[in-house]
Amino acid sequence: MPFAWFVALRYLRDAKGQTALILAAVSVGVAVVVFLSALINGLQVSLIEKTLGSQAHVTLHVPREVPRLLVAATPERGIASVVLPAPQRLRSIDQWPATMGDIEHTFGVRAVSPMVVGFGFAKRAEAKEAIVIRGVDPELLLAIIDIHKKIVAGRFDLTGTDVAIGSSLARALDVGIGEKIRVTTTEGVDDIVTISGIFKLGNEGIDKTWLITSLRHAQSLYALPGGVTTLELKVDDVFDAERVASTLRERLNLDADSWMGLNAELLTGLSAQSNSKMLIQFFVTVAVALGIASVLAVSVVQKSREIGILRAVGTASRRVLAVFLIQGGVLGLLGSLVGSGLGAALAKLFENVMRGPDGAPQFPVVLNLPLFASAIALATGVGLLAAVVPARRASGIDPAMAIRNG
Amino acid sequence: MVEPLLRVERVAKTYGEHVQTCALAGVDLVVEKGEFAALTGPSGSGKSTLLNVVGLLDRPTSGRILLAGNDTSGLDERGLTELRAHTLGFIFQFHYLLPAFTALENVMLPAWGYEGFPSRAMRAQAEESLRAVGLADRMHFKTTDLSGGQQQRVAIARALSRRPPLVLADEPTGNLDTESANGVFELMQKFNRDNGTTFLVVTHDERIATRCDRAIDLVDGHIRTDVRKGGMPRGLPQP
Repeated sequence: MPFAWFVALRYLRDAKGQTALILAAVSVGVAVVVFLSALINGLQVSLIEKTLGSQAHVTLHVPREVPRLLVAATPERGIASVVLPAPQRLRSIDQWPATMGDIEHTFGVRAVSPMVVGFGFAKRAEAKEAIVIRGVDPELLLAIIDIHKKIVAGRFDLTGTDVAIGSSLARALDVGIGEKIRVTTTEGVDDIVTISGIFKLGNEGIDKTWLITSLRHAQSLYALPGGVTTLELKVDDVFDAERVASTLRERLNLDADSWMGLNAELLTGLSAQSNSKMLIQFFVTVAVALGIASVLAVSVVQKSREIGILRAVGTASRRVLAVFLIQGGVLGLLGSLVGSGLGAALAKLFENVMRGPDGAPQFPVVLNLPLFASAIALATGVGLLAAVVPARRASGIDPAMAIRNG
Repeated sequence: MVEPLLRVERVAKTYGEHVQTCALAGVDLVVEKGEFAALTGPSGSGKSTLLNVVGLLDRPTSGRILLAGNDTSGLDERGLTELRAHTLGFIFQFHYLLPAFTALENVMLPAWGYEGFPSRAMRAQAEESLRAVGLADRMHFKTTDLSGGQQQRVAIARALSRRPPLVLADEPTGNLDTESANGVFELMQKFNRDNGTTFLVVTHDERIATRCDRAIDLVDGHIRTDVRKGGMPRGLPQP
């Protein structure tokens, strides 16, 4: 074994009490970081999943129609005008299959789903509800929303005039699987549809209004043969959505909304959580560094005579430096290994104990390799760094002085 | 003419910045290979300072030290460490063994710390040294489990394991009872006789000093007397 490792490990082993104490301190620090990170990451993931489970990351649609003045003002002649907002009508995205192909090849986009989205009414006997009709390609929709998992009754099947509706809408209309309702669209088209599935996305606004039908059926309901009004996108990195949206907005001359723009408050909350996590990590790291540094500083003072002897008998000062750097690194590494295990156990325990009324964990935690790897790398690095000052002092010990004053 | 093992030329050493204390006031000294010399004097006479300067642990304020033909005044810290590792062995009044290590590890540490990695030869050499000091059966004892005399023997084994030409000893028997002191002294003489190792021993024990080949007496930073027993040092042809 190299000299520096041999001496460093022996020193750690020899000072059992001291080593155990500082290891415990490092472990607790790392455990706190791992536990909090797991918890906060878990909360963020579940919040984002809840928000985005029923929502596309980016939505593209035809820009609003704005009236244009036919007579322009000139320097000689001013114009007084009253501009009335134009009534919006449902229009198809021009050349949408080509546009869709283009989007699919855009960097960061994972899936695209074409849709016809419009408003209408659902009627059954005396009950009448305002609804949002979404005509989709079932296969492509699955890439955006995993609707199969959200079905609470029947199944997701959109053949012919079969449709799926939200659970609250079904209750309001008092319909069940296999029953029929009458649908009237804003284009004045009427049709009778059969309920084949009822879904619950967990968002009251959606569950009370959505009616999902096939793309072809929706096209006929809105008199848009072959057209689509909206393209919905899933992106690889949810936090990349705004960038993708603005890229597409410029390139395609379409309106593009990202979930980030539509959920600004959620984003603020998430970043506040991330900041508090960073703050806690920072202070724990500082505490761990100070702990390791102080233990090593004491050790250098205690051993100054021994170090002087080693220097006197021919040990190079860089080897003495290495002895203490290794001690710092090993304390950080061992402490973080124990701490990671401790933190993970604590997080799992917390997840199992804190359960909601439905038995699902209230605080889902995220424990993954990057979390452990970064905690271990951080603690080891901090250990090394904390050892720098004591190690430099040790390597600078004047052998004659240490022996004289011994 | 053969360059002597150690040549000290007008070496002076003063301590302190405002109030200057003169520990050595221009010492000239030559030690030939194979000598066994005692350095005596009252406390404060500069014995330990001279030993530290000769041991390259401390730089003289003026003058120069030539060790095995090397002028040490031009060497940097790394060069001094190198020269110490090759030419010097140290025995201190307190054994200064590392308590966390066994006797064998303690004896190996100088070579190990110099080379970086342990080797079979290094271990064999250390074992041989420990056998030579009569501790063959204590090699794997923690040094804290050894008696005072045994600890000092380990320290001697450590100083001698790399076969340095010059061994500097600072009161090596000062902390031992008469019997152990005798044993330790005889051990050093044995190495001097068998291997030709040169010893420079600081002591204020008169009985020890009289048993050496040469007694150098230091007073107030000067050499007062320098007496060779039997005239010329051993190992050199008589004129």
